Amino acid sequence: MQAFDYARVSTVDEAVRLLAARNGDARVLSGGTDLLVALREGRDSAGLVVDVKGVPELMEMFFDRGGGLMLGAAVPCQRMYSDEPIAQAFPGLMDAASLIGGVQVQGRASFGGNLCNASPAADSIPALIVHKATAVIAGPGGRREVPVEEVCVAPGRTQLQPGELLVQLRIPAPEPRFGAAYQRFTPRNEMDIAVVGVGAAVRLNADGDHFEWARIALGAVAPTPLLAAEAGDALAGKAVSEAAIEEAARMAQAAASPITDMSGTAEFRRRLVGVLTRRTLVAAIERARRAGTHWNADLR
Amino acid sequence: MAMKENGHKNGYRVIGTRPIRPDGVDKVTGRAVFGADLHLPGLLYGKVLRSPHAHARILSIDTSAAEALPGVKAVITAADLPQVADKVKSLGESVGNLRYMSENTLAREKALYHGHPIAAVAAENIHVAEEAVNLIEVEYEPLPVVLDGREAMQPGAPILIQGLRTDELGKLGSEPTNVAAHIQHKRGDVEAGFAEADVIIEREFRTETVHQGYIEPQNGVALWNDDGHIHIWCSTQGAFAVRSQISDLLRAPISQVTVTPLEIGGAFGGKINVYLEPLAALLSRKAGHRPVKMTMTRAEVLKASGPTSGSWIRVRMGAKKDGRITAAQAELVYEAGGFPGSPVGAGAGVILAPYRLDNLQIDGYDVLVNRPKASAYRAPGGTNAAYAAEAVADELAEALGMDPIDFRLINAVKEGDRRADGPMLPRIGYIETLQAIKNHPHYRQPLEGPHRGRGVAVGFWFNWGGKSSVSASVNEDGTVNLVEGSTDIGGSRASIAMQLAETLGIAAEDVHPQVVGTDLVGYNDVTGGSRTTYGTGYAVHALGVKLNEIMRELAADLWDVDVEEVRVEGGVFSAGDRSITFKELVAQGSDTPITASAATHPKDAGPAFAVHCVDVEVDPETGKVTILRYTAAQDVGTAIHPSYVEGQIQGAVAQGVGWGLNEEYIYDEEGHLLNASLLDYRMPTAPDLPMIDAVLVEEAPTPGHPFGVRGVGEVSIIPPPAALANAIHRATGVRMTALPMSPSRVMKAMIEH
Repeated sequence: MQAFDYARVSTVDEAVRLLAARNGDARVLSGGTDLLVALREGRDSAGLVVDVKGVPELMEMFFDRGGGLMLGAAVPCQRMYSDEPIAQAFPGLMDAASLIGGVQVQGRASFGGNLCNASPAADSIPALIVHKATAVIAGPGGRREVPVEEVCVAPGRTQLQPGELLVQLRIPAPEPRFGAAYQRFTPRNEMDIAVVGVGAAVRLNADGDHFEWARIALGAVAPTPLLAAEAGDALAGKAVSEAAIEEAARMAQAAASPITDMSGTAEFRRRLVGVLTRRTLVAAIERARRAGTHWNADLR
Repeated sequence: MAMKENGHKNGYRVIGTRPIRPDGVDKVTGRAVFGADLHLPGLLYGKVLRSPHAHARILSIDTSAAEALPGVKAVITAADLPQVADKVKSLGESVGNLRYMSENTLAREKALYHGHPIAAVAAENIHVAEEAVNLIEVEYEPLPVVLDGREAMQPGAPILIQGLRTDELGKLGSEPTNVAAHIQHKRGDVEAGFAEADVIIEREFRTETVHQGYIEPQNGVALWNDDGHIHIWCSTQGAFAVRSQISDLLRAPISQVTVTPLEIGGAFGGKINVYLEPLAALLSRKAGHRPVKMTMTRAEVLKASGPTSGSWIRVRMGAKKDGRITAAQAELVYEAGGFPGSPVGAGAGVILAPYRLDNLQIDGYDVLVNRPKASAYRAPGGTNAAYAAEAVADELAEALGMDPIDFRLINAVKEGDRRADGPMLPRIGYIETLQAIKNHPHYRQPLEGPHRGRGVAVGFWFNWGGKSSVSASVNEDGTVNLVEGSTDIGGSRASIAMQLAETLGIAAEDVHPQVVGTDLVGYNDVTGGSRTTYGTGYAVHALGVKLNEIMRELAADLWDVDVEEVRVEGGVFSAGDRSITFKELVAQGSDTPITASAATHPKDAGPAFAVHCVDVEVDPETGKVTILRYTAAQDVGTAIHPSYVEGQIQGAVAQGVGWGLNEEYIYDEEGHLLNASLLDYRMPTAPDLPMIDAVLVEEAPTPGHPFGVRGVGEVSIIPPPAALANAIHRATGVRMTALPMSPSRVMKAMIEH
């Protein structure tokens, strides 16, 4: 491993200043589960590594039913699923949080880091997309907020410019009768990368038998995690039925542009998009129906 | 089976019990010293430059920039390695030509696989060494690549080694070729046998290159001292095998080489050949006689240590309506990698071994391809072979409407039958092992539910005896220090100490075993071929008998009787109405220290058989196979420490499952290995495996061994892929004829079905 400079910062401004001063050779370190491995194996190099775990804003998590979830970019997965109110409100995000790496990795790895690593197969990104999450990005010119589905632009690349830092992810509070799920397909049951990952979220009507809206997002079947907008939109207003789910799965398959690589053939991946879209929609509907009851119970 | 009231079989006191292993505490507390833990004063760190090409001529190597980098102490290329002549060298589990071994250590004229070592550097720290390696300039002329064994046999295929000629049934061919050898076993009249058959099944199979997947990467420290003495510390299955390779490759007298084996984090056959040790030694000498440590990264282990062969196999079997097999024929093409020496010979011996056959023909081909040189992997060559034969046997049984166990019982070999490769079978427990599965609750309970299936398969493995030397000294408190040279890769310190304790009639905990280096014990063959508990156990029994003789003399002196009057049984010495225990006798004191040594070479190790039964469920939408239940019965002779016998069986099944379901080397067309990491090379994890129920069949103790030990370490890796394929067939209707049976392949087969 090559030598690099290391700086531990305590404010967002300090981080932005350091990042902006370098000519693109600065790297942000939060959990390090991607960065340190890449540096060690020579797949990436850095002149400066900026450790942001000392920045309170990046390590904080707030949730209320009004404002939703504000998730610091460096909060590790383990803190997410260990927080009972958050885990209960966002089972669809926890699907992803509990899948990334093993227990040790989950103690370090963050959703923010997963997003910035911009792997097409990232587990958290489809889950965030279907939750309508946004990313708060700080830079020399101030802060901006963009939908998560717009953050990744190519494998391993985001729209963040040199000098910019992902500060926070914002996830709207679950609406009544909202349910979401994320599932991935891997040949092994642990320690594997998604051959295909699919996130689905639905909001049902008061009777729980019609979709008010739905979102479907796909992983590992395009250069970036993908919002299959048409597939989700097609469900709006429709009765919850096998036929509707099948139609959405078919549209999700059409939205995918998978490649053949050592994890799977394009043909197999397209097939899995259909299978997992059906399975995640069914899981999301089930959660939406249960959430409906809980929500009503809360109101009483 | 005679069971005594205390639960121990055959009247044994120690054998059959489960004491805590001698090396256990050090290992679970992190104190055990592995190769990479060793630190010596003035230590340098070495790094290897490896070929980025799968096949290329090396035009020039310029090391000047690397040598000029501050902190670099030595750079070596093949020019620093002595030229060695052709010489066939046996390392127990594998045989190799010394010249090829040298060229695999450092490429001389050509790189033959992606990752082939080209040069090496020693520097003050590993980071400088890594940087220096990148400064070495190598000019290559890339050559056409051949990765598939059958393609490599075709006329016009790229030739890897110009001088190679086929060893055609013992006669040397005349043309350049990639086929290093053609071997054959023949008996009876195959065509007449097939003419007699009511049903004939013929199928072709493909298996991929797979790796042992030991957790500890290859490592070694070498010090080539000013006086010419070379000391190596490393992770190996055989210190003496390392000594002999170092001596031959570096042309150093054997008396000038000392090898100290350290703890091993897994080997499975992959740590017999040397890779880093000769480089570290050369670097040490060139760097002014400073010690040099080298450790492979995981990517290096996968790219450039010795995985086992991918293969193509065709099997044809015919049987009468009554289930009797009338003829069987097999053709095996094994990919040796860049140099000759695949385990096709063993594969040819295994493939039809469980079946009594009057008519058979087996042809095996050892073929060079641009992949790393294959080395031994647990029952080398056996798993590929059985995958093909056991699938055909299953299909044959199905076509005849017979239960697959009954079909095998009808055709089972037994004592007195001749193996396809010649030798007569001694007493074996194969039929008893088949019965163990047939009568097991798992097999008796029908499997229910959609997309589920049950498969069975059997396996045979030769086993080996080998040479062992041991010595012991009795301490004043009656405990015994045992010195052995069999490196412990699977709990053998426990099983060896227990056999000495049994012989002496003392507690297992009173024997303190220690594995030492080549200067401190007589010659020992490698720990391999499932030989150590058998062969070194044989040696400690002989050692115990000698110690008992000394003790009898002590007792005779004590009681002033003739030594012939002193009897010994179960650690109690007696003469007339007087008796004394081993410990009490030691406490009486001895004028001379009580020590003994023994060296043995038993040649009649009994072969092992395994019969496995597995239930699977296949996801009809994704092709993913989930194992619901796994039962592995094995003919174990006598289980010395049953927990470690079970552990060997479970570990072998786990590896066989990985081989069957997901493990494979994936290359691009230019021969670059794409999945050189444990993330992408998918060995099973704990959540991928069910509880593996190991059934120890102890009906047939091995004749000739004092405790009836039969080697147990290997045979259970042989049946799993075949058992899984047969189960997948029952679950889905498809016959998977290629490994691995990964989800995408199973799904594709189901769609095409």
